[in-house]
Amino acid sequence: MSAYILRRLLYALPILIGVNLLTFVLFFVLNSPDEMARMQLGEKRVTPAVISNWKQEHGYDRPLLFNEKASGLAKVTDTIFFQRSVKLFAFDFGSSDDGRNIGYDISQRMWPSLAIAVPVLLVGFAIDISLALFIVFFRATYLDFGAVVLLVAMMSISGLFYIIGGQFLMSKMFHLVPISGYDIGIKAWKFMILPVIVGVVGGVGSGVRWYRTLFLEEVSKDYVRTARAKGLTERRVLFRHVFGNALIPILTGVVVVLPLLFMGSLITESFFGIPGLGSYTIDAISNQDFAIVHAMVFLGAVLYILGLLLTDISYTLVDPRVRLQ
Amino acid sequence: MMLVILWTDALVFLLLALAIGFALYASRHEHLRAPWRRVARSRVGLGALVVLGFYVLIGLLDTLHFRLPLADPAPGAAHAATERRFAPEVMSVFDYWARPLRQRQEKTYSAPFATHLFVKEAITQPDGSVVRDYPRLQYGGRHLKDPKQRGWDIFDTALRGQIEGLVVWGLITLLVLWGMARRRGLALLAMYAEVRDGRTDLPWRTALGGLALMLVLGFVAGELALKYHILGTDKVGEDVFFQALKSIRTGLVIGTLTTLVMLPAAVLLGVMAGYFRGWVDDIIQYLYTTLNAIPSVLLIAAAILMLQVYMANNADQFESLVERADLRLLFLCLILGVTSWTGLCRLLRGEALKLREADYVQAGAALGVGHFAILGRHIVPNVLHIVLTTLVLDFSGLVLAEAVLSYINIGVDPTMNSWGNMINSARLELARDPVVWWSLAAAFLFMFTLVLAANLFADVVRDAFDPRLRGTR
Repeated sequence: MSAYILRRLLYALPILIGVNLLTFVLFFVLNSPDEMARMQLGEKRVTPAVISNWKQEHGYDRPLLFNEKASGLAKVTDTIFFQRSVKLFAFDFGSSDDGRNIGYDISQRMWPSLAIAVPVLLVGFAIDISLALFIVFFRATYLDFGAVVLLVAMMSISGLFYIIGGQFLMSKMFHLVPISGYDIGIKAWKFMILPVIVGVVGGVGSGVRWYRTLFLEEVSKDYVRTARAKGLTERRVLFRHVFGNALIPILTGVVVVLPLLFMGSLITESFFGIPGLGSYTIDAISNQDFAIVHAMVFLGAVLYILGLLLTDISYTLVDPRVRLQ
Repeated sequence: MMLVILWTDALVFLLLALAIGFALYASRHEHLRAPWRRVARSRVGLGALVVLGFYVLIGLLDTLHFRLPLADPAPGAAHAATERRFAPEVMSVFDYWARPLRQRQEKTYSAPFATHLFVKEAITQPDGSVVRDYPRLQYGGRHLKDPKQRGWDIFDTALRGQIEGLVVWGLITLLVLWGMARRRGLALLAMYAEVRDGRTDLPWRTALGGLALMLVLGFVAGELALKYHILGTDKVGEDVFFQALKSIRTGLVIGTLTTLVMLPAAVLLGVMAGYFRGWVDDIIQYLYTTLNAIPSVLLIAAAILMLQVYMANNADQFESLVERADLRLLFLCLILGVTSWTGLCRLLRGEALKLREADYVQAGAALGVGHFAILGRHIVPNVLHIVLTTLVLDFSGLVLAEAVLSYINIGVDPTMNSWGNMINSARLELARDPVVWWSLAAAFLFMFTLVLAANLFADVVRDAFDPRLRGTR
């Protein structure tokens, strides 16, 4: 098992390098560091001296990918790409183009992101599963049919509608909670309510439908027939046997997204003005702050790979037939 | 008239040609025809198809672009062999057809069916005094002498539209019934009874019922739209109904072209990874894991922003705003394709892994058929159903994604009509009192109808092609 994990971690290296390279190319293929400097300094009245000064300060004074002037290995290492990427592997994110420490910012902004993402996941999970079980209990009735139609309709509504509708209904008409914003510490709860509700409601359509399919698949299996033949009540069969067994694919499916919760939701956060990592990234993109985008993409990739690894491990934990080697 | 073919137009035509080609191919192969027959037999599927048909029709009309010739400045001298000149504005057949909607621009906001503007203005009375009041609209309800007659006029017009719609529907129904009756050798009335009682093989009753609904709605909306702004006007006074209709093309293009541009890569790489295994598989797996590892919104945002910078620096390369917006749309499709091809690729890889062990593939290999012949003749045709279902399933998600991306300004060009842009420009108006809700409502309504029809249709298609799922719903 530990050998397997080690090998998977080694596999992650080329993927992370690839991710870095891709982000780098995407950022610099159309935009030279000169243009970036001009943008950061403000377009007007920028002398070449100021630009080169800025580039030197921020470490953009090297060639992009390949240094012809250097000799030997330094041809590759004395470049912006190499200098920027190597530090990331040690999780040293450096400083952003306006001089703030990225690692510190991330550690600060992580919490608002989690404060929204974790409740959305947990509450959504509980509600989706209960609803799905309820629908499966009444399967092949008009209630089931009606519920499925409703779910498809909910899936077809744009996520923006939930956000705008929620803000309008809860904040503008009934003045229950603030429209957007955030506060420090425990006082943040009233800012969290609306994003969490919107996140949960927006996910009900696809979530319940997916769980319903999983449960139905499980219901048609042999052990369920055995349980019924044994004389168990339908309720006991469903809530005990079917639920327990269907939980395996559900839980392993959730594990993949667990690490990515840190990243927050780009869209929800920018709509509700939550100072999490999602809005951090969006801001960085519109300011063309390469250092932050680079760091966030790297972080996202690491978490994604971690999620895949955790999924594999969780399979072995819940299903003894699966062995990692 | 000068035809103009934009990039996305060309690709839409290519897609149309591919769809027709595929339909012809499928009609000659029983294993592909059977699932489609199941789709057609499903009432939900056929109903959704009717709705989708209307959307596609409008989208296609909006895809045929041209430039109108300019009226010759001096009719006599025009013979002097000067080349004909064309208006700089690129129009589509739909624009031309919906001229009345397009040209009737008010000053600013007005509510649906309003006869007066939404904001007060200083109006000079006939006797010279100035009053601040809501002025009459320039076009909406101008034919009314007294705005109080509006209720009856709307009722009248709607009734006329309804009758027109029903007449057109009746003609189509008659034609269909006649055709079916002739093929079956039944009398027309007997055929009618069959359809009415739902005894036909295909659910014609549902199809014709859906058609009746859409035609009546279309004609009523059309008749009313000639007299009023049925969904109001936006900030600069443009008709919202027209905008919503124009946005159909954008939504359809995003939903379909994205899949089209990613299809070759996904199919080729996925099938090759599964079939060849070994280092080919390793490389391809590495490729899609790497792409997957980057959060897709980030990738899209970065790419679009880079494009914006490029377009700003090279503004002279684009002839017109339309062309520029069109290129941006195409680029958005490309980048959405890059972020979404990995799912299909992985599915196809898994399927090819299974198929390469199939007896007929082994037999082909033993008989000395080359790798690429096996891929082309045995593997690819046998994964086509997966490609098709993914294509249909992805569609609605992409339409929804467009709205979200445009909302955070990394979607289509701001000058292009799209539901996302409509929502984006209307969102701040919710803070007004009374609320300006119609732009938002129109965008959400049109998007919802399309996505719902697409979702229902996708479900039916998936059920028809995936025998494993049959009976679970």
